[in-house]
Amino acid sequence: MIEATTSAPVENRIRGLIDEHDVVLFMKGTPVFPQCGFSATVVQMLSLLGVRFKGFDVLEDPEVRQGIKSFSDWPTIPQLYVKGEFVGGCDIVREMYETGELSELLSTRGISVEPRV
Amino acid sequence: MAIEGEGGRVQATIRQKLSEALAPSRLDIVDDSARHAGHVGARPEGESHFIVEIASERFAGLSRVARQRLVHKVLEDELRTDVHALALKTLTPEEDAAP
Repeated sequence: MIEATTSAPVENRIRGLIDEHDVVLFMKGTPVFPQCGFSATVVQMLSLLGVRFKGFDVLEDPEVRQGIKSFSDWPTIPQLYVKGEFVGGCDIVREMYETGELSELLSTRGISVEPRV
Repeated sequence: MAIEGEGGRVQATIRQKLSEALAPSRLDIVDDSARHAGHVGARPEGESHFIVEIASERFAGLSRVARQRLVHKVLEDELRTDVHALALKTLTPEEDAAP
């Protein structure tokens, strides 16, 4: 536990995370070991596009786990942020991946996309 | 009047609330709980994980995020209690009819 960071109001911590990293995935588990099928799906989509992202494990941080829901006005995990903007949860990310919109969104936000063949 | 038939109590509530609030042209609800049995958030009695496909005129002109927020709002109480996961596909009737 890092006490210094948990003392800030949770909204500020979340804002800090999405400001600091271009692509942030609030998820259950880690990108290497997702603890939930929906989180795993989003990790897979981002990996297939070769996008570097910050995975934040909400299971390790109950404050963020609750706080992100009101912050995003979204009741479920995972949640994807690009350049500080909420993109959506698992269904939306998958749909956007399938239509090519996700790749387009990332590119137009200046994020490097290198799809794996 | 409660609609009896397929699914359990939670599924019936989801159907009733979405039907009343969004007047869907199509509403398919699948209880996917069995596939998640034993996971964190799964309840022994099931009815914790659902897949909902819904087509409604109310979604016209709304972004994907706004459409899902609308559904989340209608099912606010269920998402806070019984429903651990809700996979959503939201369409307008026109999109639903497209090949």
